[in-house]
Amino acid sequence: MNTASMPTPASTSLDERSRRLRRMVIAALDGGGRGHLGSSMSLIEIVRVLYDDVMSHRPAEPRWEGRDRFILSKGHGCLALYAVLADKGYFPEAELVRFCRAGSYLGGHPEAGKVPGVEASTGALGHGLSIGVGAALGLRLKRSAARVFVAMGDGEINEGSVWEAAMAAGKHRLSSLTALVDYNKIQSYGFVAEVQPLEPLADKWRAFGFAVEEIDGHNLAALRRVLATPDAEGRPKAVICHTVKGRGVPFAENDPDWHHKSRIPAPQIAEMYAALETV
Amino acid sequence: MRKTSLDMVFELARRDPRVVFIGSDLGVGTLDGMKKELPERFFMEGVAEQNVIGMAAGMAMEGFIPYVNTIATFLTRRCYEQVAIDLCLHKLPVRLIGSGGGMVYAPLGPTHLAVEDIAIMRALPNMTVVAVSDAAEMTRLMGQSLDWPGPLYIRLGKGGDRVISRPDDDFCIGRAILRRPPGAVLVVATGIATTQALEAADTLAAEGIACGVLHMHTVKPLDVAALRAQMDGVRLLVTVEEHTIVGGLGAAVLEALADGDLAPPRIRRLGIPDAFVKDYGSQEHLLAGFGLDAAGIARTIRAGLSQ
Repeated sequence: MNTASMPTPASTSLDERSRRLRRMVIAALDGGGRGHLGSSMSLIEIVRVLYDDVMSHRPAEPRWEGRDRFILSKGHGCLALYAVLADKGYFPEAELVRFCRAGSYLGGHPEAGKVPGVEASTGALGHGLSIGVGAALGLRLKRSAARVFVAMGDGEINEGSVWEAAMAAGKHRLSSLTALVDYNKIQSYGFVAEVQPLEPLADKWRAFGFAVEEIDGHNLAALRRVLATPDAEGRPKAVICHTVKGRGVPFAENDPDWHHKSRIPAPQIAEMYAALETV
Repeated sequence: MRKTSLDMVFELARRDPRVVFIGSDLGVGTLDGMKKELPERFFMEGVAEQNVIGMAAGMAMEGFIPYVNTIATFLTRRCYEQVAIDLCLHKLPVRLIGSGGGMVYAPLGPTHLAVEDIAIMRALPNMTVVAVSDAAEMTRLMGQSLDWPGPLYIRLGKGGDRVISRPDDDFCIGRAILRRPPGAVLVVATGIATTQALEAADTLAAEGIACGVLHMHTVKPLDVAALRAQMDGVRLLVTVEEHTIVGGLGAAVLEALADGDLAPPRIRRLGIPDAFVKDYGSQEHLLAGFGLDAAGIARTIRAGLSQ
């Protein structure tokens, strides 16, 4: 399937749970006075479906050996992860408004050992997939059935290290590993198509030995369908999730200016909450 | 030294199921025995150092103790961010075995010389940096490496280096070994530079100059207590390392001396000047050129005393 034939992600409406998670993101953004709004909003459904429907995990026992591992390689999208983890009870929701503040454990990029439920400290791009490869190999040695999910940004996969990791995943036929690309089409400076085009993206992953799925990354049913099981033929899986940067806040959608924002005035925060109810 | 360290990885892997080996496209036949006997825990990956380090981190997160080996400069410089973030920030028990530390690969030129590895590894929190003097000492280090907390960088010499260590050294990571008690002069050296320093001390002893040698195999954490214990009566302190003078052993010693108000009247740092190495030839040739051989060290000490 090529990009042109993909459904327009924004054409699907958000349910109350997706809106609630986004309200949590806005609250954290407001509390911290800054954050990667666009990069977090595009990720919400991906992280939500993983934690709601796909992964085995125990919020009261974050290091439970049998858990599936989720590595947010695009660490700057952490507000989406924080919202889902708080919602699941990994830590109190009240902590969200302390995002990025002195003394909080919720930094602008997630840190393992600080935030309950965070597997790896990320933020420097292009690290997560290699860590995921190592974790999947380790789990294989332990005869564990646990799966490993790594979410990356589209700009992030400009990093050569991602493709080193992809080669290794293909070589070792890591069927327990699933790479997710949050393909929101916008990186920091501007549109992916202009800064560093990625197409043909599915072909690239396929060439590296992955079973590739290409879906609307805001479509819950599609996410559940492709993430439910590992590849039947034993290949690692790559899921290219077509998403909308800033999804849920119409005035921020598809606007590179909303990749990261700081010092957002109170009236604009109010507008964000209001706008969220219209989508 | 390299053979000993890799043989020890195999030995440790036999002993402990947590041990895995990861190489990055090493020479034919490397650890064939382990590959045959423990194939599941032997990984020979491609020329992809960033991935190798990240992969080692992921395995360590799952409870394994990865020993990673490739050429020192690629193991430190090429994947520095992975070492910093994936290993050091997470404080994971990954062991980096850097082949050809210093100017071992003299004929291959500056792309292959690891002459700032100690400096850049030392700058990272949680990292331990060790450069032993010979294969026998390597065996002792490897035995202790298994349960060392956090990441560990092991700098290898060429191999076939003269054995100067002794079984009764009581080798301990982080604890310097006094090879010769100081007189007016104390030399602090690391790696195979200690061997050269001892030879220089022999030469000088015959000339009536009492010269101590402190073997600082662990550059980080630096054994400041051992340094302090030897400073009484020292008029000239000389540091020797097969490494740039920027940020390595000499710098670490100066920092410790300054922080502890321990500085002796005179200090000389022997190392590679702050420039890329221009010549080829043998390691010995380059060492002599930089005054890092026994004769050069003795020269520096004589000059230091007479000034």
